[in-house]
Amino acid sequence: MYPITKREKLADKIYLMDVKAPRVARYCEPGQFVIVKIDETGERIPLTICDYDRTEGTITIVFQIVGASTERMAGLKEGDAFQDFVGPLGCASDLVHKETEELKKKKILFIAGGVGTAPVYPQVKWLHEHGVDCDVIMGARNKELLILEDAMRDVATNLYVATDDGSYGFHGTGTAQLKELYDKGIRYDHCVAIGPMIMMKFVCILTKELGIPTIVSMNPIMVDGTGMCGACRLLVGDEVKFACVDGPEFDGHLVDFDQAIKRQSQYKTEEGRAMLKLQEGDTHHGGCGNCE
Amino acid sequence: MDVLKKVPVREQEPLVRAANFDEVCLGYDEAEAVEEAARCLNCKNAQCVKGCPVSIDIPAFVSQIKEEKFEEAYQTISRSSALPAVCGRVCPQESQCEGRCIRGIKGDPVSIGKLERFAADWARSRGITPEAPEQKNGHKVAVIGSGPAGLTCAGDLAKMGYDVTIFEALHEAGGVLIYGIPEFRLPKQEVVAAEVENVKALGVKIETNVVIGQSVTIDELMEKEGFEAVFIGSGAGLPRFMGIPGEQALGVFSANEYLTRNNLMKAFLEGYDTPIKAGKKVIVVGGGNVAMDAARTAKRLGAEVHIVYRRSEAELPARVEEVHHAKEEGILFDLLQNPTEILVDEDGRVRGARVIRMELGEPDESGRRSPVEVPGSEYEIEADTVIMSLGTSPNPLISSTTSGLDTNRRKCIVASEEDGATSKAGVFAGGDAVTGAATVILAMGAGKAAAKGIDNYLKNTRTGS
Repeated sequence: MYPITKREKLADKIYLMDVKAPRVARYCEPGQFVIVKIDETGERIPLTICDYDRTEGTITIVFQIVGASTERMAGLKEGDAFQDFVGPLGCASDLVHKETEELKKKKILFIAGGVGTAPVYPQVKWLHEHGVDCDVIMGARNKELLILEDAMRDVATNLYVATDDGSYGFHGTGTAQLKELYDKGIRYDHCVAIGPMIMMKFVCILTKELGIPTIVSMNPIMVDGTGMCGACRLLVGDEVKFACVDGPEFDGHLVDFDQAIKRQSQYKTEEGRAMLKLQEGDTHHGGCGNCE
Repeated sequence: MDVLKKVPVREQEPLVRAANFDEVCLGYDEAEAVEEAARCLNCKNAQCVKGCPVSIDIPAFVSQIKEEKFEEAYQTISRSSALPAVCGRVCPQESQCEGRCIRGIKGDPVSIGKLERFAADWARSRGITPEAPEQKNGHKVAVIGSGPAGLTCAGDLAKMGYDVTIFEALHEAGGVLIYGIPEFRLPKQEVVAAEVENVKALGVKIETNVVIGQSVTIDELMEKEGFEAVFIGSGAGLPRFMGIPGEQALGVFSANEYLTRNNLMKAFLEGYDTPIKAGKKVIVVGGGNVAMDAARTAKRLGAEVHIVYRRSEAELPARVEEVHHAKEEGILFDLLQNPTEILVDEDGRVRGARVIRMELGEPDESGRRSPVEVPGSEYEIEADTVIMSLGTSPNPLISSTTSGLDTNRRKCIVASEEDGATSKAGVFAGGDAVTGAATVILAMGAGKAAAKGIDNYLKNTRTGS
């Protein structure tokens, strides 16, 4: 069992937890992910590592309620435990393997969308600890859904906040914020974008146009997370890649986002039904004509 | 009683079982087992034992069953096999022990597999476990993977007194016995979990949720965690796809994914969160045991299922019994055919497949006649789900993170067939990680050989030679 040592609600439907998992905390690096399973009947849920404490042996995860298992996870309290917690999985971010001196010469920008702010944080923190400057654009639908703003402000050189509805900071998407910065004459030569697939797609369209190499972190459907099932396969530059072992980070200008977005919806109906059943009891049996 | 005929084993009716996940084969009762055991000729130079990869003393346990000494029969088997209830169910006996049975020359061979299963089930239902190990010797050995190779190797080492820890990447021990082979062939709680418990009863520790090569490396296990030897039984690895257009469409799955969702994650059971797309009309591409498992699973989830295989029935790599069961349950076999494209609708979902007819040409390097496309014979079939069951290629996680561990051209770990030794001192390997996808019992044979190899290696290291 993997006990929860801290639990915090960050925003509507978004939760942060510190989980005791010494083996994971000993070897993990920014960019990697874990798979958690709440109990016997739960799904295996992949989550990118948000922070880690090697001495305490804890891993910080942030998740949003999207289905039955995450809904039940949100109900866990401090002192409760996950039945299973495995990792670190996937490859570490490219940045952590580069020479610090080389990184210091670059103008690096992170664009974080929604819950994607969580996996961006350890990378920015890592760069900050190694004396490397980087800017961060954080986007969310509205002010209430912004997470980790203070933590990010502590480690980012410049932090730009954008909300779709203009309730806080720049009025518009993270992509629009980048365009505005570019128009003001601010230049970057490396970008890391992490967030919903649709957001990463549009960031990549713009950065391709602006000639900024861009890394994205893909979060497709997974089962085992060790390369065994192939559910997480993506087309990257016409090659089939497994996000769990080849990724999760890829060259965003080569990823086939349209296909990845479609594959994301593979189980939509099934997940939705499981969620409805949890919230409303067994009210949905299909056959109404409104779903498959 | 006709001594040339084996005692028939009771099974669930095909049409009934095609709609449930309960075990197909019901096994022998005591009277049936004794009657079948009496058919054994008790050969002096027993051929059956030579056909068994773990060299079970078959004539001995069969005659013990004949004499109704069922517990003794179980202990006889347990001395050679850590997983008798599993092997009695999933071994390809027709090409091993039973294939060499003298009775089989004129008539049916003795049903050795069903007798093995009987002895194991009899013991389990009475809470009888294998004989406990001698004293511990305090030497630590790590076993990677809790599938058939790992469990066997760990069990044998524990019996020799070693302090064994198994590291398992998934959340449940059993490897392919848990995620791959379906409930209706191998009940998970009743059989697999019970046999894993027996291995633990020998003193073996199992740490789940540890991915070697990610959570910790072999080098670290040996240098920092005090393991003096390591056995790699990590299994087959990454699923293969065909590389044809449309394979990324919604509704195309690897057999590994389909089976893992259903078996490990129990998607077929009410109350489990993991979803599965059952499919209404399913094509399974491939002809091995895994293809049969995927097909029969889809059938039980309510689909019409076609197996599309590029050679003819004689070349199907699956066990005869599996093919026979699949046919009885209404699986349709589209033989000498091969998909050339997965057809996709405007939403990106599978709507069918374009398939070409094949004919058999000259034998290839495997000795099987190689299939050749018949020009102009392409046609379309409708389907909403395609399951690719084309085998696997090795997972590089371990080989790429262990210093000095050699792999071959196919990226499999190179290990001696005799004792499992690899190019790295103290590291042994066996099972699918070495051979590529094969059978449960071959992996067990390799685990057994490696346990002896590790014991010899550590004894030599200790005496300083």
